[in-house]
Amino acid sequence: MAQETMSGAKIVLKALVDQGVDVIFGYPGGAVLPIYDELFQQNQIKHVLVRHEQAAVHAAEGYARSTGKVGVVLVTSGPGATNAVTGLTDALMDSIPVVCLTGQVPTHLIGNDAFQEADTTGITRQCTKHNYLVKKSDDLARTMHEAFYVATTGRPGPVVVDLPKDILMLPAPYNATAKVKHKSYKPQVKGDLKKIEEAVKMLANAKKPIIYGGGGIINSGPGASQLLTNFARTTGFPVTLTLMGLGAYPASDKQFLGMLGMHGTYEANMAMHDCDVMLCVGARFDDRVTGLLSAFAPNSKKIHIDIDPSSINKNVAVDLPIIGDVAHVLEDMLKVWKSSQAKADAKALDAWWSEINGWRKINCLAFDQGSEIIKPQYAIRRLYELTRGRETFITTEVGQHQMWAAQHFGFDKPNQWMTSGGLGTMGYGFPAAIGVQMAHPDALVVDISGEASFMMNMQELSTAVQYRLPVKVFILNNMYMGMVRQWQELLHGSRYSESYSEALPDFVKLAESFGAVGIRVHKPDELDGAIKEMMAVDRPVLMDILVDQKENCYPMIPSGKPHNQMLLGPVAAGTEAIADEGKVLV
Amino acid sequence: MQMSTEIQCHTISVLVDNESGVLARVIGLFSGRGYNIESLTVSEVDPREKLSRITLVTSGTEMVIEQIKAQLSRLVPIHKVRDLTVEGAHVSRELALIKVAGTGDKRVEALRIADIFRANVVDSTNESFVFEIVGKTDKLDAFIKLMEPLGLIDVARTGVAAIARGAEAL
Repeated sequence: MAQETMSGAKIVLKALVDQGVDVIFGYPGGAVLPIYDELFQQNQIKHVLVRHEQAAVHAAEGYARSTGKVGVVLVTSGPGATNAVTGLTDALMDSIPVVCLTGQVPTHLIGNDAFQEADTTGITRQCTKHNYLVKKSDDLARTMHEAFYVATTGRPGPVVVDLPKDILMLPAPYNATAKVKHKSYKPQVKGDLKKIEEAVKMLANAKKPIIYGGGGIINSGPGASQLLTNFARTTGFPVTLTLMGLGAYPASDKQFLGMLGMHGTYEANMAMHDCDVMLCVGARFDDRVTGLLSAFAPNSKKIHIDIDPSSINKNVAVDLPIIGDVAHVLEDMLKVWKSSQAKADAKALDAWWSEINGWRKINCLAFDQGSEIIKPQYAIRRLYELTRGRETFITTEVGQHQMWAAQHFGFDKPNQWMTSGGLGTMGYGFPAAIGVQMAHPDALVVDISGEASFMMNMQELSTAVQYRLPVKVFILNNMYMGMVRQWQELLHGSRYSESYSEALPDFVKLAESFGAVGIRVHKPDELDGAIKEMMAVDRPVLMDILVDQKENCYPMIPSGKPHNQMLLGPVAAGTEAIADEGKVLV
Repeated sequence: MQMSTEIQCHTISVLVDNESGVLARVIGLFSGRGYNIESLTVSEVDPREKLSRITLVTSGTEMVIEQIKAQLSRLVPIHKVRDLTVEGAHVSRELALIKVAGTGDKRVEALRIADIFRANVVDSTNESFVFEIVGKTDKLDAFIKLMEPLGLIDVARTGVAAIARGAEAL
């Protein structure tokens, strides 16, 4: 059969359509003009014009995280590609499937320091799961489809396809299909049944079990969250989730202990420290989670389910690794649990739960809301309560507000919580919210933000207004880079070096100048009305909520300390919260 | 679980697609994650399938060596990763070209030692020899050390190539 020949740019668009892509986020430039010309002449793919390429990637991440589909980015060569690097690194750290198409100077100019040339594959090699430079027209269609295959299978991640301009102009055959078979890349999804049987035995014999779940559950799809919930209900085991895993288990369930880690709950961290069998599901023993490694869950046997073999024994040596996709492994584990008639040790579990309930009584997330100054925690609590009846997606920036959001906003479903966990990218949340809103036009999408983070990508207000995306930015304005200030207070004698947000704009006027709505809130009793107004407005809203400037985020595991040495609140003056060996840690 | 914290040296064979950037991926992985490379050799071994074989000698704790193998396996154009050190007996060889300059007794002594080590003379002038020597890394190290006082001025080494003993292929 004669293969159809078309321009490279047409091939790119056809491959996107064949992959089921309906939205891409991008910014034009010389090297990608042929693709933009093709975009102009079709109506299957919507293009969202961002105001900075970093935002294009974050928007694609938000789109991907909230739908389970791939986020697609289109940027030009040189600065277009380098601006995308932070977003790509963010997607790599959080395992978000993104395909980023970058323009490149024509093949005969590569290496000549041509205008807007950058060694994009060289620069992005370490911040992508994989990348391609298409040097031959014949390879274009196959490479496009392979990029989607690599981005979405196994542990997901960002993939860059670098497209020289001559390749986009030259005619070539569309010689590939959306279904890809790869020679060397074959991720394992089914877990080893013997090991799963062994895991069931270990769990059935546990006296103090805990399930510690992470972002891998979200990536595995909503089915994985359901299976986790079934497994937890069947066994009666307590569940804690990482920052990336929130929503994988219903926050309102009584078996949920809250988030674990540096700003996790007291009960989750104490239970992790004292457990005897730990079932880690799609999490990676990140340093924010483990605290002091040598004292991490010292008396436990650890089972680790992960799709990525390199996650096994990276930070923590585990007793029983199971390589595979979370949903597949949990399904088998549940089957084996039932067929082997395994039973949790009810007596031991009762004792364990009463210990846990003792820790719960500490009420570690309590805060004291007076009548004058809004506590940031209170603002998030009110947002949570008032939005419960609506389908709500939350994104965040990075810092104190992010931790408060994780602590005080409850997620009962997966894919509703988008945050930059691994890289900790300020400026992530607002463009991510734009991506989420594109995918869910009727949902309420709120970026819980700080004033400093918001200013890192606030140019995207223009994007939100252009596409009539009614995203809400919920700024907890404490006029500080709050987490930096908190660390300076704890580590550097309250010398607040460069962490004060000087010369802030008037956010209400800023919103209005972009054609969005601005609302300022000063007092606790104004908050509910303002949130309701924000929800009622069908336009982008910038909420400027003036909160307590000195509030710190607790509880906290100080750097270099184990789980059972959490700070529950401010320490007395003159005592060192963090020892010297902890100060070098981040 | 506890893992050994002793630093061990491992020889790892890696089969990769011979495509542009593949070596940069491997080296970038090592530099980016702070692993050691003691030796690295690469050459195409299957022109029809366009496959190259990388032989890596690296050192680290058991946990680090495991990580290195897992991280290598994760790279998309990598077909196989085999740890020859743990998978049984293997042979490893390295080739070196060694230039020794001098006259008189030292020149004669250099030739005599070369003979003992079964090194070949592949270039000769009135003031110099280039020896070619093949063997295990420690044999080459020993030969080079002996040449030092005899006028050693230049060394080129290929790095280690290694292969498992027996009838099994990689």
